[in-house]
Amino acid sequence: MKIQVDLSAIIETRWYEYAVRFLFGGLITAATGIIAKKYGPDIGGLFLAFPAIFPAAATLMEKHEKEKKEKLGMEGTKRAAEAVSTDAAGASIGAIGLSVFGLVVWKTLAVYPAWLVLLGATVAWCASSFLLWELRKRM
Amino acid sequence: MKEILLRFVIGGAVVSGFAILGGVFKPKSFAGLFGAAPSVALATLTLTLASDGRAYAAREARSMIVGAVAFLVYATLISSLTMRRKWKALPVTSGLMLVWLGVAFALWRVCLR
Repeated sequence: MKIQVDLSAIIETRWYEYAVRFLFGGLITAATGIIAKKYGPDIGGLFLAFPAIFPAAATLMEKHEKEKKEKLGMEGTKRAAEAVSTDAAGASIGAIGLSVFGLVVWKTLAVYPAWLVLLGATVAWCASSFLLWELRKRM
Repeated sequence: MKEILLRFVIGGAVVSGFAILGGVFKPKSFAGLFGAAPSVALATLTLTLASDGRAYAAREARSMIVGAVAFLVYATLISSLTMRRKWKALPVTSGLMLVWLGVAFALWRVCLR
């Protein structure tokens, strides 16, 4: 299946769904700072890969898929579970990319400008995740 | 307090940005990649670099690798349990956070301590 961009999803998303993501994202970022201050960067750093908004995002996706199928007069529970499963499978690949992000920052931060390191690490996350996704698709 | 508020606002904005980006892509398996985007890491590391310096941020990034492995286990279990057993998303994704915590701290203890 080809990668497609569907901008209508931005309009279809309700305001409170954006608010939920903002809230959880803000809370975990604030909490990570507090944890690092209290227990040090070694423990605090673990939470840079904490799946903070995953439960909220998966629940919203499940609700959307169920509603979509039920509008068509079909039973949506099974389709919703499959959608969450597929999304989580994608996230598991993204998590490997996340470890590449951490590795790039850890190994290059002492040498290169910080902005370049963060940019390079984000590109490395994108590239490694995309490559692994492509590989998995072909398997 | 001001720093916590700043972290909240920047973290919320970056996480929302990646969530919007993930929402526009199809198929779902590709959009799912953005569920593990480095959003919290980018927000946190940017602020940490400004307040605590490079060495501190690099140590956080090193631990983040272990956290990401725990994320891999977490997401793989969710994918498997929702597909095979058709369990509801909220209890599975919330309950498995304990698995994330367990794997992350166990790996940290074995590999980094």
